[in-house]
Amino acid sequence: MAEIKVNVRGETCPIPLVEMRKALRKAAPGDVVEVVGTHPASKKEIPMAVEALELELLGVQGADTDWTIRIRR
Amino acid sequence: MKSERTTIILHSGDMDKVYSALIVANGALAMGMEASIFCTFWGLQRLQKGGLEKGPLSKMHMLGLGKWMIKQRMKKANVASLERLMNDFKELGGRIIACELTMEIMGIGRDDLRAEWIDEYGAVGMYIREARDSSITLFV
Repeated sequence: MAEIKVNVRGETCPIPLVEMRKALRKAAPGDVVEVVGTHPASKKEIPMAVEALELELLGVQGADTDWTIRIRR
Repeated sequence: MKSERTTIILHSGDMDKVYSALIVANGALAMGMEASIFCTFWGLQRLQKGGLEKGPLSKMHMLGLGKWMIKQRMKKANVASLERLMNDFKELGGRIIACELTMEIMGIGRDDLRAEWIDEYGAVGMYIREARDSSITLFV
C-alpha cells in the first residue's frame, strides 16, 4: 500500500479539492492519500468530498490554517 | 458511487463569471460528479486562442482599472489562474462543448479555438440531452 503526499499549503479554493481528487484518481485501492494545507474552508470541504466519493476518512488533524487530512482510497 | 452530473451554460465572457463556472465545475468533479460546460456567446470567446484571461470584470471594470485591481488582490490571495483551472478541469475529465451557432454568428472557426480543450461542437439539443440527466444545471 503506497502513501501519497499532497502539499497544497498556500493554495486557495478550489485547488486543495482538485489536487486531492487528482491524487485519489492516481492512487490504487487501499492507498493512503495525505493532504497538507492551510486554506480553512478546505479543511471542512475535503471530508465532505471524501464522503461524497464514498472513501474512508482516516483523520483530520491540526488547526484551520494548518491541517493534515488522511484518506484511504 | 452515484454517477451525477453538473451542466453549466457559460454565456458570459466576464472574467469573474468564467472563474465562477470553472470553480463550480472543478468542485463538482472533485466531489465525484461529471461536469460539462457549454460555451456560448461571450463565453465562447474565452475559448479563442489567447482569450481565456481576456474577459472584462462584470462590474466596476472601469476601462481595465477595476480588473487590474482585482487581479492584484487575487494574486495576493494566491488564486489559481483560469488557465490552471481549465487544465485541472480537463485532467479530471470535464467536458467543454462549443456552441456552433455562436461560431457562425461571430465568424469564429475551429482553427480560432483552443481545440485541445473542446470535446464536442454542438447546439441546444446536446445541452438538453445532458441537462435532463443533471442534478445541477447553471446558467452563468
